Amino acid sequence: MDVVWAGLKEGLRLLFAGDPYLWEIVLLSAQVSGIALTISALLGIPFGAIIGLTHFPGRRFVQALVYTGMGFPPVVVGLAVYLLLSRNGILGPLNWAWIPQLFTVPAMVLAQVIIATPLVIGYTMAAVSEVDPNLRLQLRALGATPRQATWAVLREARLGVIVALVGGLGSIVSEVGAVTMVGGNIEHATRVLTTAIMLETRRGNMDLAIGLGMVLLALAFMVNLLMAQFQGRGK
Amino acid sequence: MSEILYELREVHKRYTGRTVLQVSTLDIYRGEVLAIVGPSGAGKSTLLRLLNFLEFPDYGDLIYRGKVIQPGTMPLALRREVTTVFQRPALLSATVWRNVVYGLRVRGIRNGARAVQAVLARLGLAALTHAQARALSGGEAQRVALARALVLQPTVLLLDEPTANLDPYNVGIIEQVVADLNQTQGVTVVLVTHNVFQARRLAQRVVFLLNGTIVEVASAGPFFESPRDPRTAAFVNGEMVY
Ligand SMILES: Nc1ncnc2c1ncn2[C@@H]1O[C@H](COP(=O)(O)OP(=O)(O)O)[C@@H](O)[C@H]1O
Ligand SMILES: [Mg+2]
Repeated sequence: MDVVWAGLKEGLRLLFAGDPYLWEIVLLSAQVSGIALTISALLGIPFGAIIGLTHFPGRRFVQALVYTGMGFPPVVVGLAVYLLLSRNGILGPLNWAWIPQLFTVPAMVLAQVIIATPLVIGYTMAAVSEVDPNLRLQLRALGATPRQATWAVLREARLGVIVALVGGLGSIVSEVGAVTMVGGNIEHATRVLTTAIMLETRRGNMDLAIGLGMVLLALAFMVNLLMAQFQGRGK
Repeated sequence: MSEILYELREVHKRYTGRTVLQVSTLDIYRGEVLAIVGPSGAGKSTLLRLLNFLEFPDYGDLIYRGKVIQPGTMPLALRREVTTVFQRPALLSATVWRNVVYGLRVRGIRNGARAVQAVLARLGLAALTHAQARALSGGEAQRVALARALVLQPTVLLLDEPTANLDPYNVGIIEQVVADLNQTQGVTVVLVTHNVFQARRLAQRVVFLLNGTIVEVASAGPFFESPRDPRTAAFVNGEMVY
């Protein structure tokens, strides 16, 4: 019990004293997951809108793929990205400049994009398909181009789209398996909240682990609070 | 005879292999009110979607102002001459104002405030300008739907059972505005209704559609008083079971 109290006290002190090691990790986490979420939003929102609103052959198949993607175990995503990027993997040997190197921030971002994008697509799909299907036809009849009508429907579904983003963020910021595998938890380079907590716990630095854990908890809580707020407002 | 706006020639529309509309010939003239009557499932709404270029024939020619309309080559400006008010008003979850201004916004028109105000006043909606659309009654919502069509000053106004399920007060306002629009501004109106009395009150010509085909087209007087086809007579007299 003493360990917990001491850890809590020391964790809080580190947090508010602006401990450089702790804050470096917090900021890197925010950076990696922020970039990944932005990319996932840019990919996932338009895709989700198209799948949710249009009818094309193979739509059911694509939906099944998206739902499968929503349930991907992050560790498997990590493994796939690892195999893709490693020296004797699929893309690794090509050495092209735009292919991320293993154990770098871009590799972690890639893994998180793969985890979050299906979630953003899936939630966006659900949100837009809850909008009255006659609305789109009505807007087209009022002279909207397909793009303008889609935009208006997305606006109608905006609460659901925000929930999609918040859900995507929640899934990557708290994820540990994939970032460990493709990031490698390198100090000052790829060490993020979740991987640092694992490491510091193992090292016996409970105060640091608890401080980091509190940040993660606070983040998760804020994310969920935001989500509840937005979902409640739709009612 | 005045200018022909629409010419339909052997127009067929299919859904999942089933032909739901098969119009061998139909002309619609500029400035008229044409009623389309028929039982439900006759293809009336499908016809309106074609007339608003929201869907396209699978076969045959749909000609608007002399141009054969095809999916890929439809000029936006031409498409925007026509608009529809549907049976159920699908409003944006926003204020009445935003709903009415929507069609102007998508056209890039920024100075439509005066026009929006005028239209809202005309439909008795001025007091509701800043109300949320979802808080409106059915009649008010349908008047908003009509307002956002009127503000566009369409060449053709398509109405798909616009007053079904409305109370007489709202029916009165809507019919009055539609008649006035046609008489004073020469707007061409195609009115789908299964209310023969409404067709009689508003239309100069009537089309009777049954199972996707036109049974009879006539001026309103003869259509109601001396229909040629026995099926038209049965429908007009309310004897058709559907
Ligand atoms: N999008 C669609 N897909 C499949 N069938 C349709 C579609 N729209 C209409 N139909 C069918 O076409 C027929 C005509 O429908 P509709 O034009 O709505 O008739 P009305 O408006 O006269 O009641 C009906 O049998 C209807 O089920
Ligand atoms: Mg109909």
